[in-house]
Amino acid sequence: MTDPTTYISHLELGERDETFLDSNELIINMGPQHPATHGVLRVILKLDGEKVLGTECVIGYLHRGVEKIAEHRTYAMFNPYVDRMDYVAAVSNGLGYCEAVEKLLNVEAPPRANYVRVILTELNRLASHQLWLGTHALDIGAITPLFYTFRDREEILKIFEKYCGARLTTHAFRIGGCLYETYDGFEREVKKFLDFLEPKIDEYEELLTTNRIWVERTKGVGRISAADCKSLGVTGPVLRASGVKWDLRKAQPYAAYSDFEFDIPTGENGDTYDRYLVRMAEMRQSVRIIRQAVDRIPEGPIMAKIPKVIKPPVGEIYHSIEAPKGELGYFVVSDGSTQPYRVRVRPPSFVNLQALDLMVHGQLVADVIAVIGTLDIVLGEVDR
Amino acid sequence: MADETKPTPGSGTSQPTGASSSPANTPSSPVTTSSSSTPPAATAAAPAPPAKPTGPVPGPWESPLVDKLRRRHGSGIEATTYLGQSYFVVDRSLLPDFLRVLRDEEAFDYCVDITAVHYPTREKQFEVLWILYSFERNERIRVKTMIADGESVPSVTPIWATANWLEREAFDMFGIKFDGHPDLKRILLPDGWKGHPLRKDYGIIQQDNEWVQINLGIESGQ
Repeated sequence: MTDPTTYISHLELGERDETFLDSNELIINMGPQHPATHGVLRVILKLDGEKVLGTECVIGYLHRGVEKIAEHRTYAMFNPYVDRMDYVAAVSNGLGYCEAVEKLLNVEAPPRANYVRVILTELNRLASHQLWLGTHALDIGAITPLFYTFRDREEILKIFEKYCGARLTTHAFRIGGCLYETYDGFEREVKKFLDFLEPKIDEYEELLTTNRIWVERTKGVGRISAADCKSLGVTGPVLRASGVKWDLRKAQPYAAYSDFEFDIPTGENGDTYDRYLVRMAEMRQSVRIIRQAVDRIPEGPIMAKIPKVIKPPVGEIYHSIEAPKGELGYFVVSDGSTQPYRVRVRPPSFVNLQALDLMVHGQLVADVIAVIGTLDIVLGEVDR
Repeated sequence: MADETKPTPGSGTSQPTGASSSPANTPSSPVTTSSSSTPPAATAAAPAPPAKPTGPVPGPWESPLVDKLRRRHGSGIEATTYLGQSYFVVDRSLLPDFLRVLRDEEAFDYCVDITAVHYPTREKQFEVLWILYSFERNERIRVKTMIADGESVPSVTPIWATANWLEREAFDMFGIKFDGHPDLKRILLPDGWKGHPLRKDYGIIQQDNEWVQINLGIESGQ
């Protein structure tokens, strides 16, 4: 691949910081085959001993040209592809895409479908946050949470499997609603799972929230201000941990989110510890939403009346949802044919990753690991 | 199809025979009587609704924001709304001032996305667009501009820091140059790659064979 030295010029070499003990600055590669980079992310670090002077992300190792593929598939055929971007939150990806095409078609999913969508999407948010917590804690050195979260995430994947036959890349939704009616005892099973999960979230918190090592490794690490977040386009829990009370589920409600009561947890300091607290609080809010949805799920059809051949009128639409990682947007252009003329995915992971450089500047190498973990990126979505 | 057969407004005024030809297609007498008495502009509008499929159509976007920006920048701004989403089509020469005003004075402080669409048949092939959001107003708008192949657009990295990677991606995928970008290079594809895959003339299985053979040591990436 490309020689790492070609990137050095882009790191700010102009002003050389005073180096400790007059040692030389060091350029090292982290990744792409490093377990703590959560996939194939390569970060070139410029170091003064342990201190990070600059970073450069090299991405694209997982690029598959999803946007190009979209132009050569019909609207329905492209639906399963979006699951493969953020593969730990496939349901959210599908929801965003289906709703975007529905808007373009000017149809609305029936209320029951919207409730099913909310339940599954929030379950997926829980699963995504659990995976984040397990791997993030593992990176920092706490092994136990990984086993706890993966044990409990399994229950969510079982519900997915029972609902649509797939555990990870679910393809749960279709344009116009949901393909499958909920299985017998779905509501009961989801409720049972929530009763099971709630004490488990306390358990995760017991392991970490006041754990001295955890606090030392996360407090004040990877700070980012609200103004920087806005300028860098950072969304999701990272933005909220910096004190901005903004969630697309509230700001521009989609699916059935306007029917439910829930809070937007925010942080104050915008550091890794606050982001941890925000995500933990979000898990509780997701539980709250699912409880309301399961109790009030209306009867009726789960699929809107849409034509067999999907041919949206000429036009374009931008629709975005609050994915577990931030704002996930789809910009779809139709030329009136059966295939989209252009699908642009606005990936939260890609945009959030851009903040890495700012967040680790002047911190220690070990903090880079913590910050990559706290940004909660999925390389499938970064590279698409 | 009814739209195609109906007479043009100009011919309708000068020649009454033009107006009489339309009832031959649509045998509804009330329309013919009204068309002969009303101005031709109304005749053109009257048969249009039944011909169109039911659904929203793009319409002019009217809001205080549009008036304000029109007063400031004059012509070269087109404001449209479709399916509840509003967008500006602005002349390239108004950029980046137009975008800067939107951020500084209209509180569009969050640049959601920068991307492009390729229309190879048009004279100005590329439509570059900025999706903006304002936390304060809870409003999302799009700003578009058309550029020809090889033409560049000003970078908005001084306005929104997020533009850095987004512009790099647009450059990588379409070959659009952003003037003033601090480090415009490929981001998802390797540095030495030739071609810009999201252009319409780039085939779905096309690739830079030379790069694949040299760097991966295989005949084909497929």
